[in-house]
Amino acid sequence: MDLITNLGIGLSTALQPANIFYCFLGTLLGTLIGVLPGLGPTATIAMLLPITYSLEPVSSLIMLAGIYYGAQYGGSTTAVLINLPGESSSAVTTIDGYQMARQGRAGPALATAAIGSFFAGTVATFIIAAAAPPLTAVALKFGSPEYFSLMVLALITSVALAYGSILKALAMIVIGLLLGLVGTDIYTGTPRMTFGFLELADGINFVSVAVGIFGIAEILRNLENEKDREISIKTVTNLMPTREDLKAMAAPILRGTLLGSALGILPGGGAVLASFAAYTMEKKLSKTPERFGHGAIEGVAGPESANNAAAQTSFIPMLTLGIPANPVMALMIGAFIIQGIVPGPNVATERPELFWGIIASMWLGNLMLVVLNLPLVGLWVRVLRVPYYILFPAIMAFSAIGVYSINSNIFDLYAVAVFGAVGYLFFKLGCEPAPLLLGFILGPMLEEHLRRAMIISRGDPMIFLNRPISLTLLLVSLAALVIVFLPSVAKKREQVFVEDE
Amino acid sequence: MTINSKDAAAGVLFILLGLGFGLNAYFTLDLGTNIRMGPGYFPLLLSGALLILGVAIFFHALQVPDESWGAIPWRGLFFILLGPIVFGATLQGLGLVPALAIIAFITAFASQRMSLLLAIALTIGLVAFCVAVFSWGLGSPIRLFGPWMQALGLGN
Repeated sequence: MDLITNLGIGLSTALQPANIFYCFLGTLLGTLIGVLPGLGPTATIAMLLPITYSLEPVSSLIMLAGIYYGAQYGGSTTAVLINLPGESSSAVTTIDGYQMARQGRAGPALATAAIGSFFAGTVATFIIAAAAPPLTAVALKFGSPEYFSLMVLALITSVALAYGSILKALAMIVIGLLLGLVGTDIYTGTPRMTFGFLELADGINFVSVAVGIFGIAEILRNLENEKDREISIKTVTNLMPTREDLKAMAAPILRGTLLGSALGILPGGGAVLASFAAYTMEKKLSKTPERFGHGAIEGVAGPESANNAAAQTSFIPMLTLGIPANPVMALMIGAFIIQGIVPGPNVATERPELFWGIIASMWLGNLMLVVLNLPLVGLWVRVLRVPYYILFPAIMAFSAIGVYSINSNIFDLYAVAVFGAVGYLFFKLGCEPAPLLLGFILGPMLEEHLRRAMIISRGDPMIFLNRPISLTLLLVSLAALVIVFLPSVAKKREQVFVEDE
Repeated sequence: MTINSKDAAAGVLFILLGLGFGLNAYFTLDLGTNIRMGPGYFPLLLSGALLILGVAIFFHALQVPDESWGAIPWRGLFFILLGPIVFGATLQGLGLVPALAIIAFITAFASQRMSLLLAIALTIGLVAFCVAVFSWGLGSPIRLFGPWMQALGLGN
């Protein structure tokens, strides 16, 4: 069977000693930043992206992927132990996870999260392996009009499914697209919107933007109000869940995995939405919804499985179509480009060992994460005591070397400071930075496909509507946009993210 | 009349950015035709969209009550943003070791809780760690000590 052969190719790549090491390093780092509240996977991957430049492409992507799904595991530890989401996707886990910990059941809560995550990770790995080849085959038939419409759909749904004002998010996309176009025009060689800076001829450095608007802006946000983290739970004993626990968590884990896998594939969906949706679903399905908020194990099992499943299936559009579903995937595309690989359907056929190696490494990584998180939980509790302000200089020093080493360009360092300030300003204005990064990555591709499509059609924009696939994609985007602006949906949309706050 | 100052400011910012990018594209770039789009075509299209979104956000702000902007960490802003700028200005002249020490030491003071002693200890630790990882581990070609240091008779 193809699936088995492919996974075999992947496993033989993932099981090379160097790749095992980078997979471990990635999951370890992921757990660490997942445990630490305030430092997210987007900022970390942006910071480490330049460092991976000197590694083999497979190793670097395996490591970066590990950081992302590893953070989903680590985030739950913080949520359960100190009632703070270590990661935004663990926000709902704080509701029942922390209550379980207060009742002396921190161990079972952590075990539930880990078992759920592992199960979800395993299933999601197979879903990726099964879904990737057919999607790649479809994508290879896409022409420029289809790609243009697909990107429009990706951008629109990423707004519809995200949190916050839709108008502002749309504006952030457009700014991202515009910033992505800065630099030399590929068709004519004219410098565009460089405002006299020769250094901008090659465009704005992607890593500077990502480190600035995610890394630096995040540090500044943390500095707004510095307070101590209270850790009431000193040690965690008795990790083993009881037989009743196992029985109670089985169905929620299964449902969370399926829901998370589905939501992860959608652009803009990803781990955060999946965990909130899973919690809402478990509460609705429960015969005793009043237990939720008071330490219901289903409230930990469902969301934790869902966020891990979604974190992994969000790799599907990136790996098969070259389209990022969320900012982390936008960074992964950046990592491909830094390595000189054009992300898209050709990766699977031209570099099967890379493609399947990444997928196989995910399962391996999930196995490592169970070991890292359960027996070593005491270590992570200690990590939580590290005062946050010690980390700022470290983050700044790593980012600075990293950003400089990509192009050996001093200008990129100044750009970090500029985008840090801009990112913080946007945060203050209530604008989410994620759509900007998606727009920034997609800007040049969107324009190129638009121009090509217009050349093909001799300047007739109807080409986007005359082709059935393109028309369908555009209609779905339009429908998504109309739906989120309906007043009843708009209200519901806000509620999803503030469940039981 | 209520006005949401955050949304209004965002709206104004988007309008200004839309105008800035749009005028730049219109006056300095070739727009081309529908068949062969010039370098200015798509940017002008996007700027127009940004302008419209900015106006919509601004008018929406007039119907929403104001909200608090929250605290602004001026001290943090100053030290954190100064770090990469000074690092950039000194890296090629002083070399990696002094530039790293500078950025670590400057950004350490972003937090009000930092003490001088801890900042010094952190700086030494970070420089040692970064040199070990980047120069020795990853083989980064950045010079440890630059020409300015050699002029002073330090380093090699």
